Amino acid sequence: MAVTKAEVEKIAELARLEFSESEIEHLTKDMNQILHHMDKLNELDTSNVEPLSHPIEVKNVFRDDELKPSTKREDALKNAPDKDEEFFKVPKVIG
Amino acid sequence: MISYKNHSEKLRLLNEEKFSLVENVQEFLSRIEERKKLNAFNSLFVEEALQRAEEVQQKISKGSAGKLAGMVIAIKDVLAIKDKPLTCSSKILENFTSLYTATAVQKLIDEDAIIIGKTNCDEFAMGSSNENSAFGAVKNPVDETRVTGGSSGGSAAAVAANLCDVSLGTDTGGSIRQPAAFCGIYGLKPTYGLVSRFGLTAFASSFDSIGPFANSVEDIALVLEVLAGHDKNDSTSIKTETKSYSTLLRNDEQKLRIGIPKEYFAEGLSAEIKVKIESVIQKLKEKNFSVEEVSLPHTEFAIATYYILTTAEASSNLARFDGARYGYRSKQSSSLAKMYKSSRSEGFGSEVKRRIMLGTYVLSSGYYDAYYKKAQQVRRKIKDDFIKAFSKVDVLLTPTTPTTAFKLGEKTTDPLEMYLSDIFTTSANLAGIPGINIPIGKDKNNLPIGLQLLANQFEEEKLLLLGVILENEILTD
Repeated sequence: MAVTKAEVEKIAELARLEFSESEIEHLTKDMNQILHHMDKLNELDTSNVEPLSHPIEVKNVFRDDELKPSTKREDALKNAPDKDEEFFKVPKVIG
Repeated sequence: MISYKNHSEKLRLLNEEKFSLVENVQEFLSRIEERKKLNAFNSLFVEEALQRAEEVQQKISKGSAGKLAGMVIAIKDVLAIKDKPLTCSSKILENFTSLYTATAVQKLIDEDAIIIGKTNCDEFAMGSSNENSAFGAVKNPVDETRVTGGSSGGSAAAVAANLCDVSLGTDTGGSIRQPAAFCGIYGLKPTYGLVSRFGLTAFASSFDSIGPFANSVEDIALVLEVLAGHDKNDSTSIKTETKSYSTLLRNDEQKLRIGIPKEYFAEGLSAEIKVKIESVIQKLKEKNFSVEEVSLPHTEFAIATYYILTTAEASSNLARFDGARYGYRSKQSSSLAKMYKSSRSEGFGSEVKRRIMLGTYVLSSGYYDAYYKKAQQVRRKIKDDFIKAFSKVDVLLTPTTPTTAFKLGEKTTDPLEMYLSDIFTTSANLAGIPGINIPIGKDKNNLPIGLQLLANQFEEEKLLLLGVILENEILTD
C-alpha cells in the first residue's frame, strides 16, 4: 500500500502535528519505504489466528472501588505552562 | 583507584574499611566530569548522592543496610524520581519535574542504593543509536566516534565507562540488550510484567520492560531480585513468586539445554560476530551442554510487526503531550487547536513525530485491519514459535546485534535501515520473554561483541545461570 502526500497531510491533522511542505515530502517518502517493508506481513496467511494484544494474557484486574487521596491540586499545577491559583489556563475554547 | 568486580566484593571492602562510600561516590563524580564528552547524563544529584553515601555508610557499620547498600546507580531519564527532572530526552518535557517516584527506582532506594543521576537516551526511548536525544547523542566510551546503541545509550555508557556501578534502562525492542552489546557490558530485559512500569513514561505499553545494566551477571541477578514483583499501581505487573535470583546462580545441578535458532545466523550477520558466537557454542559443547538447532520461522516478520504495533501504541500514549497541563507550550497558541499542533510539532523531535505519524496511520479507519490487526495476529505466531522452541530447549543462544557499534551519523538518514538494526532483539518483546546480553569479546576494530540468551517467560534464572557460567568458565581465557 502506498501513502500519498494528501493522506500524510490528513494523518498529520489527526495526530495534531504540523509539517512544512518539504517535511511532508520527506515523510511521505519515509513512510512509504517503511510501509513497504510492513507489507511483508501479507505473505502470511493469518485468517484463523486470534490477534495477540498483550504478551501475557491476563484477565481483567479489579481493585476495590475505595475513596483515596489523589494528587493535590497545587502539585498537579506545578508543571503547568500557564495557570492561575486553581486552574490550568488554555487559549479561549468557545468563541 | 577503588576497584571491585561486583557488589558483594564492594560490600566486603566497605566492611573492611578499605575505602569509604563518600570517596567512592566522589570518584564516580570526578570520572563523570572527566568523561563529560560522552554526554551520558541528563542530570546529576551531587549533594544528595554524597549525603546518601554518608547515611548508608553508617547503616553498613551498624549492620542495618539493605541488599544494595552503597550500590551507585544511574537511572534512564524516562523513569520518574520525585522532585527531579524527567525529560525523556525531549524538548517537550525539558522543564518537567516528577510528582512521584517510579516503583522500580523506589525499590532500589529502599535497599539503600545511591542514585547518582539520570541518563541520556533516545527521545521517549525511540531509537537504536541514542542519536535521537534533544540533548545530543551519547558517544560510545569504547570509541567516541561510534554510537552507544539505543535507546538506553546513556545508561549503557555510564556502566561501561565506570561512571556508576549499575544503571537502569528500559527495553521496548532491544533498548537494553543492543546498547549493552555495543558497549561491552551485561544488560537484562526481564519478562514483560515482572517489573512494575509505574512511573515509567509509556512508549509502547505492551512491550516496555525495565531492567539493569552491570559489569557482572551477579549484580544483574541481585538488582533483578530487588526490582521484581507485583505492584498494585501497575495492573499489568504479574503476581508471581519472588525468586531469589542471586542464590539461584549457585545452582549448577541443572544442565541447561541450549537451542540455536538458525534464522539468527542468516544473511546480514557480521562474519566476525558469527565466528565468535560459534566459538562460544563450541566451548559449551566441550562442557557437555546439549546444543541443538531450532527454528523460529517467523523471525523475518518481527521488525514489521514490531514497528506497526509499537508506533500504534506510541501514537496513543504520546497524545497526552498537548501543551495544556504540563510540558512545552508553543508561543504560537492563538487557539486551542493551534496550541496542540504547535506545541507538539515544536516539542517533539523528528523520529518521535515519524512514529506518531506511522502509528496514527496504521490505526486509522480503513487501515486498521490491514496493519494493526494483521500485526497482532503475526505477534501470536511469533510468540508461538518461542513456545514451541522452549518445549525442546531451556535457553536460546543468538547474536544480540547483526553488527558491532556503527559510526555516529551512519544510519540517521535512513529510518528503515536503523529499524533493521533491531532485528535480533524485537522478537523477545513481541513474545514478552526475557533476554540478556553477554559481552563475549571484541572484533578487529576492538569493538565489543554481544551474545544474547533468551528464555521462556519468567525463567530469568536460566539466563543468569548460563550467563554466570559463560562469564566465569567459558570467557575467562
